[in-house]
Amino acid sequence: MRHSPGRARRFTRALPLTPAVVLILLFLAGPIAYCVYIAFTDLQLTGQAHSSFVGFANFRRAFRDSEFINAVWLTLVFTVLSSLVGQNTLGLALAALMKRASKPVRTITGAVVVTAWVLPEVVAGFLLYAFFRREGTLNAVLDWLHLPRQNWLFTLPVLAVSFANVWRGTAFSMLVYSAALDEIPAEITEAAEVDGAGGWRRMWHVTLPMIRRSIATNLMLNTLQTLSVFGLIWVMTRGGPGNKSQTLPLFMYEQAFQNSMIGYGTAVALLLLLVGSLFSVVYLRLLRTEV
Amino acid sequence: MPVRPTAALSALLTAALTASALTACGSGSGSSPNTLKVSYKQSTDNSIKVMDTYLAGVKKEFEKKYPGKKVEFVPVKAPDSDYYTKVQQLMRSPRTAPDLVYEDTFLINSDATSGYLKPLDPYLANWPDWQQFLGNAKASARGEDGKTYGVPDGTDTRGLWFDKRVFHKAGLPLDWQPRTWDDILAAARTIKQKVPGVVPLNVYTGKPAGERATMQGMEMLLYGTGDGTSDPLYDSRSKKWIAGSQGFTDSLKFVETVYKEKLGPDVSDALDPNYYTTVVGELMPQGKVGIDLDGSWLPQNWLPGSGRDWPGWSKQLGLAYMPTEHGQAPGKVSMSGGWTWAIPAKAGKPGLAFDFIRTMQTEANAKKWYIANSGIALRKDVAADPSYATAQPGIKFFTDLVSSTHYRPAYPAYPKVSTAIQEAMESVTTGDSSAQKAASAYDSTLKDVTGGQVVQK
Repeated sequence: MRHSPGRARRFTRALPLTPAVVLILLFLAGPIAYCVYIAFTDLQLTGQAHSSFVGFANFRRAFRDSEFINAVWLTLVFTVLSSLVGQNTLGLALAALMKRASKPVRTITGAVVVTAWVLPEVVAGFLLYAFFRREGTLNAVLDWLHLPRQNWLFTLPVLAVSFANVWRGTAFSMLVYSAALDEIPAEITEAAEVDGAGGWRRMWHVTLPMIRRSIATNLMLNTLQTLSVFGLIWVMTRGGPGNKSQTLPLFMYEQAFQNSMIGYGTAVALLLLLVGSLFSVVYLRLLRTEV
Repeated sequence: MPVRPTAALSALLTAALTASALTACGSGSGSSPNTLKVSYKQSTDNSIKVMDTYLAGVKKEFEKKYPGKKVEFVPVKAPDSDYYTKVQQLMRSPRTAPDLVYEDTFLINSDATSGYLKPLDPYLANWPDWQQFLGNAKASARGEDGKTYGVPDGTDTRGLWFDKRVFHKAGLPLDWQPRTWDDILAAARTIKQKVPGVVPLNVYTGKPAGERATMQGMEMLLYGTGDGTSDPLYDSRSKKWIAGSQGFTDSLKFVETVYKEKLGPDVSDALDPNYYTTVVGELMPQGKVGIDLDGSWLPQNWLPGSGRDWPGWSKQLGLAYMPTEHGQAPGKVSMSGGWTWAIPAKAGKPGLAFDFIRTMQTEANAKKWYIANSGIALRKDVAADPSYATAQPGIKFFTDLVSSTHYRPAYPAYPKVSTAIQEAMESVTTGDSSAQKAASAYDSTLKDVTGGQVVQK
């Protein structure tokens, strides 16, 4: 005797979900909706008696603001360099190498990489600051090798903070890829080996297609996380020198909390959200296409 | 250890949810009518407990004097700019507003305009001790509307610190006192030539140094241009910001000269956000800075228990006041900031809060506080007290500067103007643009950030 689930039954089934839905509405959707509202006002943290609705003025201002354009460009450079290229490829390479490594090597490498990941962002920032600064470790090493030294945070700030983000975030990619690689059935790899496929061919034709979904998921999480990196850059360069490493989160912070322009800062935050969702859409499509 | 990507995703979501739930619920309070809530800025350095110790003493005294009343501290542990943000957010709602806050004078106007602060005039009128406060100190806590919004608990002044060890090697006088800007540059050139390996003249500059660059750098120069009677940044008669002034270009030229002739720190060091820590923590104690344009509070860093003890500082360092551009009257210049105790407009117990201020500001407690934090006294009775003047070398020098000091035009646009000044300084520091060009770039930014409230002078 089979009934299609009735309305009452559907309701009782949905019931256990209610607390989660309420929580999400309260703590995620609520603040986001409030942010959207604020982005259309000229709200200031201080120095203003009343705020008023200003329509799209904040957004128009952003697109005319050369510092905003600069921040968008730097954000893209930072994200592509550190997340897409750095964390992602390095994470995959480490995972692939660790699969072949002996157990002690695997444990030690894993521990080292994961340590960088679990360190608080600010602590990691200070470590990398100490590494790159003029009297820092990197220059000491260069001196020892008789190579020319320079102030990396001053001459190549974006590269330095990108490196820092790779250093900190690679562990996540490595864990994701280790898991994915472990799930590839051994017989498939063996079959490819029997067919005479070398390491690179196996990687390109067997491994990568099989972990395609993990790649997309990892890229999406990495990108979203990297887009919002703040503490690391703040500690290392504070967006400087000038605006040469001022990514969108730092620009947003400066507008909202140093210049007190909450409305404008929130509008920039929404635009950042937009950049994030554009990336997500691309990855989701990547995830959906069948090979 | 295989981890499914989705597992990681849900873990992340859980963490995010927990974090937002915690922050949203953390501020709720069951406030009782007999509990006074006091917010203050706690040092980010765990070993520095100057304010905590002082307030604990006052609390004890207050609770004894007002039986049945309790004081609850709500310390905010953050650097200056983040502290402002946090307190402003607390004051927005009656649910979170403390009864008493520690407020930087330069935000008094801005926060009063926002309706965050309560005018204190009715309380001050009945408080005899208010007569003891110096005139310009009272002015620093007054809003544009003429009402007073805070009780200042000290101030700071600025001048030139110089290293006698370096001066000795350079053959410069140990009782050095420059009369003009050129005198300063001349001394720096001598140091550069005769004592290699030291920074001849440190002037904070650029956005990474923040307000430090604006106030200790640019404004110490700018307020020494012109005739010294009118504010070179803000015209109070027309209530507009001043653009195109010769003094501004001259000040930028000074900064340009310092960095172009390599009289200052290496540019990349000067633009390092942590440079101040390097200067007071390493370079100055090691005798590697010739002249440092800096504030009265430096000894705080070298006192016993600070972690960077430098008992010899008072013998090795000399002090000179900052001269005006060409030595014109009044001859010396200083800038002052300082903090006040203010009562939020949405505070539940304003009367009790003012009683707490009165307890903090008895003559004895005020003196205790000035000495503990290397502050400059604003009360005539304390300033005249010999035990205050001799408590620390240098106190007399900096206290005497109070008579020739200036306060920033602390209007709501000021923080934005300050950033514009830092950008102008930075572009001449790096050599990206000339003083002239940087000044005109400042003029257009000024127009933008003040909503066109600009006057050419």
